[in-house]
Amino acid sequence: MSLFEGVLELADDHLVLGHRISEWCGHAPMLEEDLALPNMALDLIGTARSLYEYAGKLEGAGRDEDDLAYLRGEREYRNLLLCERPNEDFAHTVLRQLYFAAFMQPYWQAALKSSDEVIVGIAGKAVKEMAYHIRHAGEWVIRLGDGTEDSAQRMKNAVEALHLYTGELFEPGAETHALPDRTALQPTWEATIDRVFDDAMLSRPVVQYPQTGGRKGVHGEGLGHMLAVMQSVHRAHPGATW
Amino acid sequence: MVAAVQSLEEARAWAAAARVPDPEVPCVTVEDLGILRWLRMENGVAVAGVTPTYSGCPAVLAIEMAIEAALRDAGFDARIERVMSPPWTTDWITAAGREKLRAYGIAPPEQTSGSKMALFGETTVPCPRCASTATEKLSEFGSTACKAQYRCTACAEPFDYFKCI
Repeated sequence: MSLFEGVLELADDHLVLGHRISEWCGHAPMLEEDLALPNMALDLIGTARSLYEYAGKLEGAGRDEDDLAYLRGEREYRNLLLCERPNEDFAHTVLRQLYFAAFMQPYWQAALKSSDEVIVGIAGKAVKEMAYHIRHAGEWVIRLGDGTEDSAQRMKNAVEALHLYTGELFEPGAETHALPDRTALQPTWEATIDRVFDDAMLSRPVVQYPQTGGRKGVHGEGLGHMLAVMQSVHRAHPGATW
Repeated sequence: MVAAVQSLEEARAWAAAARVPDPEVPCVTVEDLGILRWLRMENGVAVAGVTPTYSGCPAVLAIEMAIEAALRDAGFDARIERVMSPPWTTDWITAAGREKLRAYGIAPPEQTSGSKMALFGETTVPCPRCASTATEKLSEFGSTACKAQYRCTACAEPFDYFKCI
Protein backbone atom coordinates (compact mmCIF):
# COMPACT_ATOMS: atom_id res chain seq x y z
CA MET A 1 0.00 0.00 0.00
CA SER A 2 1.29 3.43 -0.88
CA LEU A 3 1.46 6.39 1.47
CA PHE A 4 -1.21 8.04 -0.69
CA GLU A 5 -3.62 5.18 0.04
CA GLY A 6 -2.75 5.21 3.74
CA VAL A 7 -3.42 8.95 4.02
CA LEU A 8 -6.63 8.60 2.02
CA GLU A 9 -7.95 5.92 4.42
CA LEU A 10 -7.35 8.25 7.35
CA ALA A 11 -8.94 11.19 5.55
CA ASP A 12 -12.04 9.11 4.74
CA ASP A 13 -12.39 7.99 8.38
CA HIS A 14 -12.31 11.58 9.57
CA LEU A 15 -14.63 13.03 6.93
CA VAL A 16 -17.25 10.30 7.21
CA LEU A 17 -17.38 10.39 11.01
CA GLY A 18 -17.23 14.20 10.99
CA HIS A 19 -20.21 14.32 8.65
CA ARG A 20 -22.12 11.80 10.77
CA ILE A 21 -21.68 13.90 13.91
CA SER A 22 -22.56 17.09 12.05
CA GLU A 23 -25.96 15.52 11.33
CA TRP A 24 -26.78 16.20 15.00
CA CYS A 25 -26.44 19.96 14.54
CA GLY A 26 -29.75 21.46 15.66
CA HIS A 27 -31.06 18.09 16.90
CA ALA A 28 -28.91 17.42 19.96
CA PRO A 29 -30.70 16.60 23.23
CA MET A 30 -29.39 19.72 24.99
CA LEU A 31 -27.80 23.03 24.08
CA GLU A 32 -24.34 22.10 25.35
CA GLU A 33 -24.35 19.05 23.10
CA ASP A 34 -25.53 21.11 20.18
CA LEU A 35 -22.28 23.02 20.63
CA ALA A 36 -20.13 20.02 21.46
CA LEU A 37 -21.07 17.72 18.58
CA PRO A 38 -20.53 20.22 15.74
CA ASN A 39 -17.28 21.31 17.41
CA MET A 40 -16.07 17.72 17.39
CA ALA A 41 -17.25 17.44 13.78
CA LEU A 42 -15.17 20.52 12.95
CA ASP A 43 -12.07 18.93 14.48
CA LEU A 44 -12.58 15.80 12.40
CA ILE A 45 -13.42 17.59 9.16
CA GLY A 46 -10.50 19.98 9.66
CA THR A 47 -8.14 17.03 10.02
CA ALA A 48 -9.75 15.40 6.98
CA ARG A 49 -9.08 18.53 4.91
CA SER A 50 -5.39 18.54 5.81
CA LEU A 51 -5.19 14.83 5.00
CA TYR A 52 -7.02 15.12 1.66
CA GLU A 53 -4.87 18.07 0.66
CA TYR A 54 -1.76 16.00 1.38
CA ALA A 55 -3.20 12.91 -0.33
CA GLY A 56 -3.81 14.99 -3.45
CA LYS A 57 -0.18 16.10 -3.48
CA LEU A 58 1.09 12.55 -2.92
CA GLU A 59 -1.04 11.21 -5.74
CA GLY A 60 0.17 13.93 -8.10
CA ALA A 61 -2.79 13.47 -10.46
CA GLY A 62 -4.16 16.98 -10.03
CA ARG A 63 -6.98 16.02 -7.65
CA ASP A 64 -7.53 18.49 -4.82
CA GLU A 65 -9.26 18.01 -1.47
CA ASP A 66 -12.69 18.74 -2.97
CA ASP A 67 -12.21 16.19 -5.76
CA LEU A 68 -11.21 13.52 -3.27
CA ALA A 69 -14.05 14.27 -0.87
CA TYR A 70 -16.89 14.96 -3.28
CA LEU A 71 -16.16 13.12 -6.50
CA ARG A 72 -15.51 9.60 -5.31
CA GLY A 73 -18.26 7.01 -5.04
CA GLU A 74 -19.11 4.66 -2.23
CA ARG A 75 -16.87 1.82 -3.44
CA GLU A 76 -13.92 4.21 -3.64
CA TYR A 77 -14.24 5.26 -0.02
CA ARG A 78 -11.81 3.48 2.31
CA ASN A 79 -13.20 4.48 5.72
CA LEU A 80 -13.73 2.19 8.68
CA LEU A 81 -17.23 0.73 8.90
CA LEU A 82 -17.42 2.09 12.47
CA CYS A 83 -17.20 5.68 11.18
CA GLU A 84 -20.14 5.32 8.81
CA ARG A 85 -22.54 3.66 11.27
CA PRO A 86 -25.75 5.69 11.50
CA ASN A 87 -26.33 7.94 14.50
CA GLU A 88 -29.28 5.91 15.81
CA ASP A 89 -29.80 7.27 19.33
CA PHE A 90 -27.48 9.43 21.44
CA ALA A 91 -25.96 6.35 23.12
CA HIS A 92 -24.80 5.00 19.74
CA THR A 93 -23.36 8.41 18.86
CA VAL A 94 -21.26 8.90 21.97
CA LEU A 95 -20.07 5.29 22.02
CA ARG A 96 -18.99 5.46 18.37
CA GLN A 97 -17.10 8.66 19.20
CA LEU A 98 -15.39 7.06 22.19
CA TYR A 99 -14.37 3.99 20.17
CA PHE A 100 -12.85 6.13 17.42
CA ALA A 101 -11.17 8.73 19.64
CA ALA A 102 -9.70 6.04 21.91
CA PHE A 103 -8.08 4.61 18.78
CA MET A 104 -7.00 7.84 17.10
CA GLN A 105 -5.46 9.47 20.18
CA PRO A 106 -2.68 6.85 20.55
CA TYR A 107 -2.47 6.66 16.74
CA TRP A 108 -1.64 10.37 16.47
CA GLN A 109 0.63 10.07 19.49
CA ALA A 110 2.63 7.42 17.62
CA ALA A 111 2.48 9.51 14.42
CA LEU A 112 4.35 12.32 16.19
CA LYS A 113 7.44 10.15 15.61
CA SER A 114 6.70 9.70 11.91
CA SER A 115 9.46 10.20 9.36
CA ASP A 116 7.03 12.36 7.38
CA GLU A 117 6.88 15.97 8.55
CA VAL A 118 3.40 16.66 7.15
CA ILE A 119 2.03 13.73 9.15
CA VAL A 120 3.84 15.01 12.24
CA GLY A 121 2.24 18.43 11.75
CA ILE A 122 -1.28 17.03 11.39
CA ALA A 123 -0.74 14.67 14.34
CA GLY A 124 0.42 17.50 16.59
CA LYS A 125 -2.95 19.21 16.28
CA ALA A 126 -5.13 16.12 16.26
CA VAL A 127 -3.62 14.30 19.26
CA LYS A 128 -4.87 16.93 21.71
CA GLU A 129 -8.28 17.20 20.07
CA MET A 130 -8.74 13.44 20.34
CA ALA A 131 -7.92 13.60 24.06
CA TYR A 132 -10.85 15.98 24.45
CA HIS A 133 -13.11 13.70 22.45
CA ILE A 134 -12.21 10.69 24.60
CA ARG A 135 -13.03 12.62 27.72
CA HIS A 136 -16.26 14.14 26.46
CA ALA A 137 -17.65 10.97 24.87
CA GLY A 138 -16.37 8.88 27.78
CA GLU A 139 -18.22 11.03 30.31
CA TRP A 140 -21.44 10.50 28.39
CA VAL A 141 -20.92 6.75 28.15
CA ILE A 142 -20.49 6.66 31.93
CA ARG A 143 -23.46 8.96 32.56
CA LEU A 144 -25.77 6.88 30.37
CA GLY A 145 -24.39 3.44 31.22
CA ASP A 146 -24.62 4.11 34.96
CA GLY A 147 -27.81 6.15 34.57
CA THR A 148 -31.47 5.23 34.39
CA GLU A 149 -32.83 1.84 33.42
CA ASP A 150 -33.63 3.19 29.97
CA SER A 151 -30.27 4.89 29.39
CA ALA A 152 -28.36 1.84 30.62
CA GLN A 153 -30.31 -0.43 28.27
CA ARG A 154 -29.67 1.91 25.34
CA MET A 155 -25.96 1.97 26.16
CA LYS A 156 -25.90 -1.86 26.25
CA ASN A 157 -27.69 -1.97 22.91
CA ALA A 158 -25.11 0.42 21.45
CA VAL A 159 -22.22 -1.73 22.70
CA GLU A 160 -23.81 -4.80 21.16
CA ALA A 161 -24.38 -3.04 17.85
CA LEU A 162 -21.07 -1.23 17.50
CA HIS A 163 -18.52 -3.56 19.03
CA LEU A 164 -18.73 -5.75 15.93
CA TYR A 165 -17.00 -3.00 13.99
CA THR A 166 -14.06 -2.34 16.30
CA GLY A 167 -11.88 -5.23 15.09
CA GLU A 168 -11.37 -3.35 11.83
CA LEU A 169 -9.53 -0.58 13.70
CA PHE A 170 -6.53 -2.84 14.16
CA GLU A 171 -6.26 -4.32 10.69
CA PRO A 172 -2.73 -3.87 9.35
CA GLY A 173 -2.56 -0.72 7.26
CA ALA A 174 -0.05 1.01 5.07
CA GLU A 175 3.36 -0.64 5.14
CA THR A 176 5.26 2.57 5.44
CA HIS A 177 7.39 4.19 8.12
CA ALA A 178 5.39 7.38 7.74
CA LEU A 179 2.27 5.94 9.39
CA PRO A 180 1.96 4.10 12.71
CA ASP A 181 1.32 0.37 13.03
CA ARG A 182 -2.37 0.00 13.84
CA THR A 183 -2.09 -3.50 15.24
CA ALA A 184 0.16 -2.25 18.06
CA LEU A 185 -2.53 0.11 19.37
CA GLN A 186 -5.02 -2.53 20.48
CA PRO A 187 -3.85 -2.88 24.12
CA THR A 188 -3.97 0.91 24.64
CA TRP A 189 -7.42 1.09 23.08
CA GLU A 190 -8.75 -1.77 25.20
CA ALA A 191 -7.33 -0.18 28.37
CA THR A 192 -9.11 3.12 27.63
CA ILE A 193 -12.40 1.38 26.87
CA ASP A 194 -12.15 -0.81 29.98
CA ARG A 195 -11.45 2.22 32.17
CA VAL A 196 -14.63 3.92 30.92
CA PHE A 197 -16.71 0.72 30.88
CA ASP A 198 -15.81 -0.04 34.50
CA ASP A 199 -17.36 3.25 35.59
CA ALA A 200 -20.24 2.86 33.16
CA MET A 201 -21.20 -0.61 34.46
CA LEU A 202 -20.66 -2.04 30.98
CA SER A 203 -18.62 -5.01 29.88
CA ARG A 204 -16.56 -5.26 26.75
CA PRO A 205 -17.97 -8.11 24.64
CA VAL A 206 -15.88 -10.70 22.85
CA VAL A 207 -16.67 -10.58 19.17
CA GLN A 208 -16.52 -13.88 17.31
CA TYR A 209 -16.98 -12.53 13.82
CA PRO A 210 -15.82 -8.93 13.44
CA GLN A 211 -17.32 -6.94 10.59
CA THR A 212 -14.74 -5.62 8.15
CA GLY A 213 -14.58 -4.50 4.54
CA GLY A 214 -14.52 -0.73 4.76
CA ARG A 215 -10.83 -0.58 3.87
CA LYS A 216 -11.59 -2.51 0.68
CA GLY A 217 -14.52 -0.29 -0.26
CA VAL A 218 -17.21 -2.74 0.85
CA HIS A 219 -19.61 -0.66 2.92
CA GLY A 220 -22.97 -0.83 4.62
CA GLU A 221 -25.97 0.66 2.86
CA GLY A 222 -25.84 3.78 5.02
CA LEU A 223 -22.70 5.19 3.43
CA GLY A 224 -24.24 5.60 -0.02
CA HIS A 225 -27.11 7.64 1.41
CA MET A 226 -24.70 9.74 3.45
CA LEU A 227 -22.45 10.47 0.48
CA ALA A 228 -25.45 11.35 -1.69
CA VAL A 229 -26.41 14.05 0.79
CA MET A 230 -22.85 15.21 1.44
CA GLN A 231 -21.88 15.39 -2.21
CA SER A 232 -25.11 16.72 -3.71
CA VAL A 233 -24.20 20.42 -3.75
CA HIS A 234 -20.76 19.87 -5.22
CA ARG A 235 -22.09 17.50 -7.85
CA ALA A 236 -24.92 19.89 -8.79
CA HIS A 237 -22.50 22.80 -9.15
CA PRO A 238 -19.20 21.28 -10.28
CA GLY A 239 -16.23 23.53 -9.66
CA ALA A 240 -18.26 26.10 -7.73
CA THR A 241 -16.41 28.15 -5.14
CA TRP A 242 -17.83 30.15 -2.26
CA MET B 1 23.06 47.36 2.89
CA VAL B 2 20.70 45.14 0.97
CA ALA B 3 20.03 43.12 4.10
CA ALA B 4 19.22 46.27 6.07
CA VAL B 5 16.74 47.44 3.45
CA GLN B 6 15.13 44.02 3.37
CA SER B 7 14.71 43.90 7.11
CA LEU B 8 13.13 47.35 7.13
CA GLU B 9 10.67 46.19 4.52
CA GLU B 10 10.03 43.05 6.51
CA ALA B 11 9.40 45.08 9.64
CA ARG B 12 6.91 47.26 7.77
CA ALA B 13 5.14 44.21 6.34
CA TRP B 14 5.10 42.53 9.76
CA ALA B 15 3.52 45.63 11.30
CA ALA B 16 0.80 45.62 8.63
CA ALA B 17 0.03 41.91 9.05
CA ALA B 18 0.28 41.91 12.84
CA ARG B 19 -2.60 44.40 13.21
CA VAL B 20 -5.16 41.99 11.75
CA PRO B 21 -7.76 41.06 14.40
CA ASP B 22 -9.04 37.54 14.96
CA PRO B 23 -12.47 37.44 13.25
CA GLU B 24 -14.10 35.50 16.08
CA VAL B 25 -12.28 37.13 18.99
CA PRO B 26 -11.70 40.65 17.62
CA CYS B 27 -10.15 41.97 20.84
CA VAL B 28 -6.91 40.19 19.96
CA THR B 29 -4.72 40.35 16.87
CA VAL B 30 -3.03 37.52 15.02
CA GLU B 31 0.19 38.68 16.69
CA ASP B 32 -1.35 38.51 20.19
CA LEU B 33 -2.49 34.96 19.50
CA GLY B 34 0.88 33.92 18.13
CA ILE B 35 -0.67 32.52 14.96
CA LEU B 36 1.28 34.91 12.72
CA ARG B 37 4.48 32.91 12.86
CA TRP B 38 6.90 34.73 10.60
CA LEU B 39 7.11 37.10 7.70
CA ARG B 40 9.80 37.27 5.09
CA MET B 41 10.34 38.97 1.78
CA GLU B 42 10.85 36.53 -1.10
CA ASN B 43 11.67 38.17 -4.44
CA GLY B 44 9.66 41.24 -3.54
CA VAL B 45 6.69 39.23 -2.23
CA ALA B 46 5.74 39.42 1.45
CA VAL B 47 5.22 35.83 2.58
CA ALA B 48 3.43 35.34 5.91
CA GLY B 49 3.51 32.05 7.83
CA VAL B 50 0.18 31.42 9.56
CA THR B 51 -0.76 28.56 11.89
CA PRO B 52 -4.27 27.29 12.64
CA THR B 53 -5.29 27.05 16.30
CA TYR B 54 -7.52 23.99 15.84
CA SER B 55 -7.65 21.56 12.90
CA GLY B 56 -11.13 22.60 11.95
CA CYS B 57 -10.96 26.25 12.92
CA PRO B 58 -13.36 27.87 10.43
CA ALA B 59 -11.60 31.20 10.94
CA VAL B 60 -8.33 30.03 9.38
CA LEU B 61 -9.31 30.95 5.85
CA ALA B 62 -10.80 34.29 6.92
CA ILE B 63 -7.63 35.10 8.85
CA GLU B 64 -5.40 34.20 5.93
CA MET B 65 -7.44 36.34 3.56
CA ALA B 66 -7.44 39.26 6.01
CA ILE B 67 -3.65 39.12 6.42
CA GLU B 68 -3.17 38.96 2.68
CA ALA B 69 -5.50 41.95 2.22
CA ALA B 70 -3.71 43.92 4.95
CA LEU B 71 -0.37 43.32 3.25
CA ARG B 72 -1.78 44.38 -0.12
CA ASP B 73 -3.26 47.52 1.42
CA ALA B 74 0.21 48.32 2.74
CA GLY B 75 1.52 48.09 -0.82
CA PHE B 76 3.00 44.59 -0.83
CA ASP B 77 2.54 41.67 -3.14
CA ALA B 78 1.55 39.02 -0.65
CA ARG B 79 1.31 35.27 -0.17
CA ILE B 80 0.27 33.14 2.80
CA GLU B 81 1.93 29.91 3.82
CA ARG B 82 0.06 27.64 6.21
CA VAL B 83 2.43 26.28 8.83
CA MET B 84 1.37 23.06 10.58
CA SER B 85 4.52 22.12 12.45
CA PRO B 86 5.25 22.66 15.26
CA PRO B 87 1.58 22.83 16.23
CA TRP B 88 0.22 25.97 17.85
CA THR B 89 -0.38 25.89 21.58
CA THR B 90 -2.00 28.40 23.88
CA ASP B 91 1.46 29.12 25.33
CA TRP B 92 1.99 31.24 22.24
CA ILE B 93 -0.63 33.78 23.27
CA THR B 94 1.33 36.81 24.41
CA ALA B 95 1.00 38.38 27.85
CA ALA B 96 -0.68 41.39 26.23
CA GLY B 97 -3.03 39.01 24.39
CA ARG B 98 -4.03 37.32 27.66
CA GLU B 99 -4.84 40.65 29.27
CA LYS B 100 -6.91 41.73 26.26
CA LEU B 101 -8.87 38.47 26.43
CA ARG B 102 -9.58 38.94 30.13
CA ALA B 103 -10.69 42.54 29.63
CA TYR B 104 -13.01 41.33 26.84
CA GLY B 105 -14.65 38.81 29.19
CA ILE B 106 -12.86 35.67 28.01
CA ALA B 107 -10.79 33.83 30.61
CA PRO B 108 -7.33 33.21 29.14
CA PRO B 109 -5.78 29.72 29.31
CA GLU B 110 -4.76 28.98 32.89
CA GLN B 111 -1.77 26.70 32.59
CA THR B 112 0.85 25.89 30.07
CA SER B 113 0.00 23.25 27.52
CA GLY B 114 2.52 20.80 28.95
CA SER B 115 0.34 20.41 32.00
CA LYS B 116 -1.65 17.18 32.04
CA MET B 117 -3.95 18.73 34.58
CA ALA B 118 -4.92 21.46 32.17
CA LEU B 119 -5.55 18.99 29.36
CA PHE B 120 -7.80 16.90 31.57
CA GLY B 121 -9.67 19.89 32.85
CA GLU B 122 -8.60 19.67 36.50
CA THR B 123 -7.98 23.35 36.65
CA THR B 124 -9.55 26.35 38.34
CA VAL B 125 -10.59 29.14 36.03
CA PRO B 126 -11.04 32.55 37.67
CA CYS B 127 -14.00 34.62 36.47
CA PRO B 128 -12.73 37.30 34.05
CA ARG B 129 -15.21 39.82 35.50
CA CYS B 130 -14.98 39.45 39.29
CA ALA B 131 -11.85 37.24 39.59
CA SER B 132 -13.69 34.77 41.85
CA THR B 133 -12.51 31.20 41.60
CA ALA B 134 -15.99 29.94 42.41
CA THR B 135 -16.63 28.92 38.83
CA GLU B 136 -18.00 25.82 37.17
CA LYS B 137 -17.73 24.32 33.72
CA LEU B 138 -20.97 24.16 31.75
CA SER B 139 -19.65 22.68 28.54
CA GLU B 140 -16.32 21.50 27.22
CA PHE B 141 -17.21 23.00 23.86
CA GLY B 142 -18.19 26.63 23.66
CA SER B 143 -19.19 29.03 20.91
CA THR B 144 -15.97 28.17 19.04
CA ALA B 145 -13.78 25.07 19.12
CA CYS B 146 -11.09 26.89 21.09
CA LYS B 147 -13.37 27.86 23.95
CA ALA B 148 -15.25 26.12 26.77
CA GLN B 149 -18.28 27.53 28.56
CA TYR B 150 -18.08 28.38 32.25
CA ARG B 151 -20.27 30.09 34.80
CA CYS B 152 -19.24 32.15 37.80
CA THR B 153 -21.26 31.19 40.87
CA ALA B 154 -20.16 34.38 42.71
CA CYS B 155 -21.30 37.02 40.20
CA ALA B 156 -23.56 34.67 38.20
CA GLU B 157 -22.04 35.61 34.85
CA PRO B 158 -21.53 32.97 32.21
CA PHE B 159 -18.23 33.34 30.36
CA ASP B 160 -16.00 31.73 27.77
CA TYR B 161 -12.72 30.10 28.72
CA PHE B 162 -9.99 29.91 26.10
CA LYS B 163 -9.05 26.25 26.42
CA CYS B 164 -5.50 25.36 27.28
CA ILE B 165 -3.99 23.08 24.64
